[in-house]
Amino acid sequence: MKVLLIAEHANGKLNPSTAKSLTCAARLGDVDIAIFSDSVDAVAEKAAALDGVKNVIAVERAENANPLAAVLAPQIAKLAEDYDAVLMPSTTFGKDVMPRAAALMGVPQVSDIMDVAGEREFQRPIYAGNVLTTVKVPDGQKICGTVRVASWQPAPAGEAVASIDKRELDVELPSHTRFVKLEASKSDRPDLQSAPVVISGGRGVGSKENFDIIYRFADKLGAAVGASRAAVDAGFVPNDMQVGQTGKIIAPDLYMCFGISGAIQHVTGIKDAGTIVAVNKDPDAPIFEIADIGLVGDLFEILPKLEEAIDAEKS
Amino acid sequence: MKILVPIKRVIDYNVRVQLKRDNSGVQTDGVKMSINPFDEIAVEEALRIKERGDAEEVIVVSIGAKVCEQQIRNALAMGADRGILVETDDAVQPLGAARILQKIREEEGTDLVIMGKQAIDDDCNQTGQMLAAISNLPQATFGSKVELANGKATVTREVDEGLEVIEVDLPAIITTDLRLNEPRFVKMPDIMKAKKKPLDVKPLADLGVEMPPALENTGYAPPPKREGGKKVESVEELVEAMKNKGVL
Ligand SMILES: Cc1cc2nc3c(=O)[nH]c(=O)nc-3n(C[C@H](O)[C@H](O)[C@H](O)COP(=O)(O)OP(=O)(O)OC[C@H]3O[C@@H](n4cnc5c(N)ncnc54)[C@H](O)[C@@H]3O)c2cc1C
Ligand SMILES: Nc1ncnc2c1ncn2[C@@H]1O[C@H](COP(=O)(O)O)[C@@H](O)[C@H]1O
Repeated sequence: MKVLLIAEHANGKLNPSTAKSLTCAARLGDVDIAIFSDSVDAVAEKAAALDGVKNVIAVERAENANPLAAVLAPQIAKLAEDYDAVLMPSTTFGKDVMPRAAALMGVPQVSDIMDVAGEREFQRPIYAGNVLTTVKVPDGQKICGTVRVASWQPAPAGEAVASIDKRELDVELPSHTRFVKLEASKSDRPDLQSAPVVISGGRGVGSKENFDIIYRFADKLGAAVGASRAAVDAGFVPNDMQVGQTGKIIAPDLYMCFGISGAIQHVTGIKDAGTIVAVNKDPDAPIFEIADIGLVGDLFEILPKLEEAIDAEKS
Repeated sequence: MKILVPIKRVIDYNVRVQLKRDNSGVQTDGVKMSINPFDEIAVEEALRIKERGDAEEVIVVSIGAKVCEQQIRNALAMGADRGILVETDDAVQPLGAARILQKIREEEGTDLVIMGKQAIDDDCNQTGQMLAAISNLPQATFGSKVELANGKATVTREVDEGLEVIEVDLPAIITTDLRLNEPRFVKMPDIMKAKKKPLDVKPLADLGVEMPPALENTGYAPPPKREGGKKVESVEELVEAMKNKGVL
């Protein structure tokens, strides 16, 4: 099977979601990676170095400066003519673009692929991950899907060996959609979606100011910081820190959460974590049902003690 | 301006969804059903636009069985002007739903469609984008702020990196994220009033929409269970337990 994977990238770098999606794509067949950008060279080079990539198709065009679905979808649909399957990561990028491209091709889409169950069969979560379902793409139809990146290990990178094919696509692009700006929250902390350790805070943290103790603890462990929706809604932290059904689905080795009750919509975002540690003052909080290690108590008393204990361990 | 709001009837978000004993599907008997939460936010946004004087009519549409009339009535009680039920007993997948919505959109001549980014039953997150594609219209997905002026919508989108702002020409398809607004509570008199509002029932077969290829469901399974539930009594024990697990 010929598989086309659409790369996610920014500022000349591949997003970690690309290498993870590649592992899924390689289960289906031979993989080419497509890059859409206004300046493709740096990213193309990086994509060519990923293990298992046959060709890199680089489409350089001024309109591709920002990832707008209305602009990318017709180009993807055009490229897809030569492929049996098209995949994108199930990040907000892929979620926005892939269905638009699939509809242009007139085929259904499989969202959030967790596993490849058969030649044209895939496992995916529904009901906030409370149920898994297997779906089959009808014979003769192109496969379109997004990859649940937390379910896949990244393909390793080596020497740039895949060939890079610069392609011009004869597709007319719409002008009805215009990029205005991106307000990316700046942080020197590790990326939430790929960090091995994540520390999260919820409504129980109480305020934006109080969140400093979460950041401080995270920095001690070199961890990324996450949050519940309640913490985001209350304005304690920006939206890109939300973990859960409608936020980020993550799979760190260690997830520690403070003052989070454990609503199903939150828990669905951390089910693949290695070890879950929960601190909550309510002994009946549902988070304890799934936590590997739970400690009942006030986070404001526990966190300082925990910091001390960790300092003692380190020295 | 007319605004179309597609709403889906789904299992209420507070329900712990369970598989049937033989894993043949999800237990729906006697389970509380509601408007998909993202769609409720879409209805609220449409109503606010109308209340600001930027739209004349808010039409809600649902695709599904007769029982979906309950959710349409709820949306009418919130303040929508009229409802349409595209009646079918078959499950409709996103591409099919998009084709049906495209047809309704054309029939009604609506300038703006506001809908949920994701139905919390199938968690597909596809229909709005597909509707935009086949209608050849702009899309602004995962919106947490919508401003309309001069035939354009400026939409703030919740993306993994933070917040992105895009501008689209109208007509357009906008999908909602949770932080767009907080839907109003419905009051008793509104529920009574909603009973008299128009609700058109159109059998799917009469719509003349060709249904596209669909995915075949080949099975359901419960997710792997996490063996949680262990508690420790002190910070010292917590550190010890974390060391034993090799995570410290
Ligand atoms: C469609 C939909 C999608 C959603 N998507 C998401 C999502 O992606 N992610 C998400 O997180 N939520 C999501 N939610 C919201 C979810 O249902 C919960 O409302 C939310 O997760 C609750 O956040 P919380 O645990 O921080 O707050 P709460 O439920 O209010 O819990 C706060 C906890 O803090 C504890 N606490 C308070 N003070 C202290 C203290 N001093 N020390 C220790 N513990 C303390 C309390 O005992 C309590 O358990 C979604 C909801 C809907 C309807
Ligand atoms: N059967 C339906 N009836 C009405 N609207 C629907 C239906 N299915 C999907 N939608 C709309 O499409 C959105 C996204 O659904 P989905 O792509 O299934 O996640 C929902 O939030 C609804 O607004």
